[in-house]
Amino acid sequence: MTDQSATVPEGLQGVTADMSSDRQSFPVPWGKAMMWIFLLSDTFIFSCFLVGYMNVRMSTLETWPNPSHVFALHVGGVDVPLLLIAIMTFVLITSSGTMALAVNYGYRRNRKVTAALMFATAFLGVMFVSMQAFEWTKLIVDEGVRPWSNPMGAPQFGSVFFMVTGFHGLHVSCGVIYLSVVAIRVLNGFYERKGTYETVEVAGLYWHFVDLVWVFIFAFFYLW
Amino acid sequence: MDHNTTKPAAASDHGAAHGEGVQHPLNVYLWIWLLLFVVSGFSYMVDYFQLHGMLRWTLIIVFMLVKAGFIIAIFMHMAWERLALKLAILVPPLALLVLIGMMAIEGEHTFLTRLTSFVR
Repeated sequence: MTDQSATVPEGLQGVTADMSSDRQSFPVPWGKAMMWIFLLSDTFIFSCFLVGYMNVRMSTLETWPNPSHVFALHVGGVDVPLLLIAIMTFVLITSSGTMALAVNYGYRRNRKVTAALMFATAFLGVMFVSMQAFEWTKLIVDEGVRPWSNPMGAPQFGSVFFMVTGFHGLHVSCGVIYLSVVAIRVLNGFYERKGTYETVEVAGLYWHFVDLVWVFIFAFFYLW
Repeated sequence: MDHNTTKPAAASDHGAAHGEGVQHPLNVYLWIWLLLFVVSGFSYMVDYFQLHGMLRWTLIIVFMLVKAGFIIAIFMHMAWERLALKLAILVPPLALLVLIGMMAIEGEHTFLTRLTSFVR
């Protein structure tokens, strides 16, 4: 039974075989398949936000506030464009890297390193959300941005900003809780008893997706 | 007969899934991590040097797709999944292109309507 990998069809024939045979279509742990399907649905939610953003930005008569200026930070006497957003991007990418390593060490059954890397990932997530809270405070208190108006231009800017970054921040916050729970279970040997560390990979999928969404938000909302 | 060729697929693939992390050397992840940093740096540079027009939009999209591709393929292990799963997850989002197209037409229409109704 174990030495039959040579008979597994690949490519399109493999698709036909996987889909038509009388068993589960995706030979992966069900948690992983379910996470992928959840992420697919989440893709549509975020896409709806971004497409809605495109629509209101195209249809407004007023000028769209220049994100490069709105999100500039005053450092050392000069305005550096998008500085905070750039730092947030690097923090999130760093967290994605530590998560990828955590998954790898999970499969090596190295509990301590896996948990440490996952806590590092969660910590970077907290850092990201904190910087976002700082950014929101700056925009609301100092710049007077509201969901219905702002002094820089098109009023839709505020609603899109709070909606998109807020929903993404919510995802990061949930991810921090999710990762912490899984990391604690890694430490206390829950997955050792279960005999598999695939839950770490499933949690990793979620976290990488949060990073993935940020790539699109960064490109379309902050850079465009 | 068919069962013979397909059923062991589940068994062997589960085996592969469990050993998966062990099979990838850490190097792959570290290189992709570095690459994501560099490409993110590039996309930030697009704004820092205040590029405009078609060049700006092209670069933003290219860097975005490169980053998204590497995250999905390597970090999310999509490159090592079977084609059936790849297609099931990656093909449905293409429907969004229709939504983008329709909403772009609608947005343009609203813009022109507002222009003729509310300006002067």
